[in-house]
Amino acid sequence: MTFYAALGAVEQGLVYGIMVIGVYLTFRILDFPDLTVDGSLPLGAAISAVAITSGVNPYLSLVLALAGGFVAGMATAFLNTRFKILHLLASILTMIALYSINIRIMSGPNVALLGVNTVFDPVIQLGVPAHYAGIVVFGLFAVVVLAGIIWFLGTELGQAILATGDNQQMIRSLGVNTDTIIILGVGLSNGLVALSGALVAQNQGAADVGMGIGTIVAGLASVIIGETVFGCRTIARAFIAALLGSVVYRLAIALALGAELGGFRFNPSDLNLITAILVIGALIAPNLKKRLIER
Amino acid sequence: MIVLESIVKYFHKGSVNEVFALDDISLHIDEGDFVTVIGSNGAGKSTLLNGIAGGFFVDSGQISIAGNDVTAWPEYKRARLISRVFQDPLLGTCPSATLEQNMALAGLRGKRRGLSRGVKGRDRDRFRTALEQLGLGLEDRLLDKVGLLSGGQRQALTMLMATMIKPDVLLLDEHIAALDPKTASQILTLTQDIVENQNLTTLMITHNMKHAIGFGNRLIMLHQGRILLDLRGDEKKNLTVKDLLEQFYRAQGEELAMDSMLLN
Repeated sequence: MTFYAALGAVEQGLVYGIMVIGVYLTFRILDFPDLTVDGSLPLGAAISAVAITSGVNPYLSLVLALAGGFVAGMATAFLNTRFKILHLLASILTMIALYSINIRIMSGPNVALLGVNTVFDPVIQLGVPAHYAGIVVFGLFAVVVLAGIIWFLGTELGQAILATGDNQQMIRSLGVNTDTIIILGVGLSNGLVALSGALVAQNQGAADVGMGIGTIVAGLASVIIGETVFGCRTIARAFIAALLGSVVYRLAIALALGAELGGFRFNPSDLNLITAILVIGALIAPNLKKRLIER
Repeated sequence: MIVLESIVKYFHKGSVNEVFALDDISLHIDEGDFVTVIGSNGAGKSTLLNGIAGGFFVDSGQISIAGNDVTAWPEYKRARLISRVFQDPLLGTCPSATLEQNMALAGLRGKRRGLSRGVKGRDRDRFRTALEQLGLGLEDRLLDKVGLLSGGQRQALTMLMATMIKPDVLLLDEHIAALDPKTASQILTLTQDIVENQNLTTLMITHNMKHAIGFGNRLIMLHQGRILLDLRGDEKKNLTVKDLLEQFYRAQGEELAMDSMLLN
């Protein structure tokens, strides 16, 4: 792996790490497997790209993207809590709907971001070399989001979110409307995913309706790698592990794509298969281990 | 304090599995009453408590607590007035949160939860003092996760949490049934201390006739969704387990006699 490939992987790991933090919030904290993210990532990208090309400040476009993702997450959680649609199904419905919505927002399947201002410009103007701008900006955003979520989960409201994922009956009998909490939590999660998508779009110079495919799988893979490698004993540690897991995941992918076994090489299109196998392995490993010990 | 007017509840209404769970129950409980509730399995004891707490909405009738008509209030809203301890020690606490986090959650029962710290520094001393009263050594384990505690410890903690903010009504749903005899009697003593100290209006379901007679100032026996027996004061004091069992079997016997008449 070349230096630039590694640099690119860390950059990707940090920007998608913001998405992974969102996935951790639903998947692990709220115990709400949420596939909306496959739609809310390109939603964030689309909103940000369209806003920037219409002359909106790139930083402000991130706020709009975050808000858009929040609403998408709320829609999923609303379907689940209000109408008792299974969480997985509710999230798939929102995800499918977002495909059409994203094309509407962009008036087409993609929007190019060439020759416009992005969040990287101020950093480059400060004298940071262009190929480091991505890492600096994404690192900054990732750390701010990480610190924010850890702070938030320590507040009274955040503690209620943790309790909702842990023991709904208990927290309801302590006067918390768990439906509202789930709507808030899934909304926040998808807001972060959309923010991640907006940053990705600004980095790669385009928003594309297909860029969200496999987001959830990459997210889960990162979560599981993070937990395995860095542990998850406390909430702060678990979220730091999720972010670092994302970096490790992107590095592992870069390694695999660069590897050559005899005449065989992986194609970029093999990525989803590799990821799926990785996640399956990590999910069944504890089970297999238990069975082996019992024998 | 609690007024139930003609409460009716069916489960699976209109299907073959229809169950008539609460059959026109009317009940007035005064402030400071400690009511023990007995009855066979399926008599409607838990359903009654769950109905008061808002686990479901009743099909007809009216419930008011401390002067509020709560009939249409969802469970989380009624939590302003009601505290509960469940039979399952796992239901009352959050396993992956620490003791102090759990207590802080309970310290905000029925209140708005904002963006200030969940566990505040000034709370810790209060939590420690409260835990010392249990005599279980939990005061040194504020930062331990509750999942590490035994069932008895968790239930003791739940009792404490339920009464950190004085509830208008305390509902105990066989809260010692899942514990070993020694722990059960400890929790029961704790219960009595707390209820007496705070003069709490309490409903306690029990399967133990001795407990039903020995605790509280009023005893209710439920059978097939109806109140079969409602004793208080001296009537309850002079009650023996034998009397109670006789009443219990007489009630069931009548049912059997009626059934056999029907079948013949």
